[in-house]
Amino acid sequence: MTEYSKELLTYFYRTMCRIRLFEETVEKHFLNGEIPGFVHLYIGEEAIATGVCANLTKSDYIESTHRGHGHTIAKGADVNRAMAEIFGRKTGFCKGKGGSMHIADFSVGMLGANGVVGGGFNLAVGAALGIKMQERKDVSVVFFGDGASNRGTFHEGANLAAAWNLPVIFVCENNKWASTTPHGSQTSVENISDRAVGYGMPGVIVDGNDVFEVYEATKKAVERARQGGGPTLIEAKTYRIKGHFVGDPELYRTKEEVKEQFEKNDPIKRFEMKVLEEKWMTEKELAAIKEEEEELIKKSVEFAKNSPFPDASEIYEDLYV
Amino acid sequence: MREITFSQATLEAMSEEMRRDKSIFVMGEDIARQGGIFGQFKGLPQEFGFDRVRDTPISETAIMGAGVGAALAGMRPVVDMHFADFMGVCMDEIFNQMAKIRYMFGGQCRLPVVVRAPDGLTSGGAAQHSQSIESWFMHIPGIKVVIPSNPADAKGLLKAAIRDDNPVIYFENKILYREKGPVPEGEYIVPIGKANVAKEGKDVTIISYSIMMKKAFEAAEILAKDGIDVEVIDLRTIVPYDRETILESVKKTHRLVIVHEAVKQGGVGAEIAAFVAEEAIDYLDAPILRFGAPFTPVPFSPVLENAYRVKTDDIVNGIRKMF
Repeated sequence: MTEYSKELLTYFYRTMCRIRLFEETVEKHFLNGEIPGFVHLYIGEEAIATGVCANLTKSDYIESTHRGHGHTIAKGADVNRAMAEIFGRKTGFCKGKGGSMHIADFSVGMLGANGVVGGGFNLAVGAALGIKMQERKDVSVVFFGDGASNRGTFHEGANLAAAWNLPVIFVCENNKWASTTPHGSQTSVENISDRAVGYGMPGVIVDGNDVFEVYEATKKAVERARQGGGPTLIEAKTYRIKGHFVGDPELYRTKEEVKEQFEKNDPIKRFEMKVLEEKWMTEKELAAIKEEEEELIKKSVEFAKNSPFPDASEIYEDLYV
Repeated sequence: MREITFSQATLEAMSEEMRRDKSIFVMGEDIARQGGIFGQFKGLPQEFGFDRVRDTPISETAIMGAGVGAALAGMRPVVDMHFADFMGVCMDEIFNQMAKIRYMFGGQCRLPVVVRAPDGLTSGGAAQHSQSIESWFMHIPGIKVVIPSNPADAKGLLKAAIRDDNPVIYFENKILYREKGPVPEGEYIVPIGKANVAKEGKDVTIISYSIMMKKAFEAAEILAKDGIDVEVIDLRTIVPYDRETILESVKKTHRLVIVHEAVKQGGVGAEIAAFVAEEAIDYLDAPILRFGAPFTPVPFSPVLENAYRVKTDDIVNGIRKMF
């Protein structure tokens, strides 16, 4: 017997597969020239958004990054509307005004991706202040990369969250690359979690490619925050499998390095091996989930492509209330 | 009507609104224990508590960003910037986050944030504590900008700003805090986007706002002795500015002068002049005149600071030459 319910295991696998398939599909259509702008893929980091969001409800908030599709999906956003937004269609969450870098779904507490690296910290801190002032039990999670931890916004936000004892979970996705620059060459510490001590909050490190570890660490942090215990910094160690953006020539690393990382450390493969080994799930169950997700993503592309573009006259809409 | 200072008028607006709506709170540096460095928040925490009137760390980025985030969570924050000059510290939070969030997310949310920004020349405040930067925000879609010139408008525009569901920047001139004037008690709202024809006239229009309204009135008084009848318009709102009132006045007087304390180049006057040139150039009997500060930072020494100021005589002499 396992301590994880079948429901939770299914959520883990379903969500990670959904994100992976979504991202592979976006990549394909971007390369086909069907998607405008820039896209940043979350492939290889699925266990983080999945493990974190498994602890959240709709009334909890998340602030996301430019690499935000995975967070959006894990928080429960509808994939049809997410895909439509990325395709620039009127049926997208933002009616085609945001695109990949500015995707948001307020109906599930996803307060937005952010085109500015480190732009989300203080918004999450402010949302947590709102939660506290309204005497709610919710929490506010901010996802960010190792690169963003060098922004002043991180330091001001971490201080304020701790000084005011706000229910914020800082989730650092340390994927080893700040755009094209390796972590070690531009960051004063090996572990971003070490920075937590400077702000009087707990800092923990987890294997970001192990959904169970991410889930457990977040569970603790969320419980603590809900009980008024204040913020936590969780550093999830991972590796960015794709380039910074689709089309990145990746001159800063070798193909072999990436291949090796993916082969030995793919979070989805690791999950499959673990649940099969422990006999928590069967191959048949896994295959069925994957098949359903493939169908879902296929349909999301059809939905997006069959949706109209916004009318040019909509340019002035939604600027002011 | 009873008379109170500009500063008391802002305080009255804050108290009345905070009594009305529990989701309104205010945060900034030195506002609670100190009552604001200009005394404009005195007594507020005693009535509403230190939870709703918050002293913050010296972290403009966090203050501004947290204001935006709190609004996303359903609050109606008022954030104080200490000095308008410090808005540069958190410009990303203002122009990339606050101004754009509603639009780029397709109207999914409202952002009822008020940013209070004490601006303008003081004695010797120099380059980083004296600026008038309202024109920056005229170039950023997604925010509104108001700028009162007297105690009544200070109250009415602040109440309107707090009730608005959009981000509003509220510029309050530091010298004006001490100004006394009649202010209606209780419910008094000055609608955003509506200019005030402060003095009617038929020969020339002066458009101004904030502390420069004084110079506009002084010039009008002097010119009246020459037989020149000046119409004085207090713009009150920079974004969205009242195009209708401006055009109506210019079509009547056929002469336009714009006066502000901010740097003339690229200032609010430039936008208004261009707008009038586009829409009503055929009505003009003289070239448009603009008065503003020279294209330099604000200097410190009293002699230099005085040279930086727009003077009534310059406005008067400029207008005389229009006839």
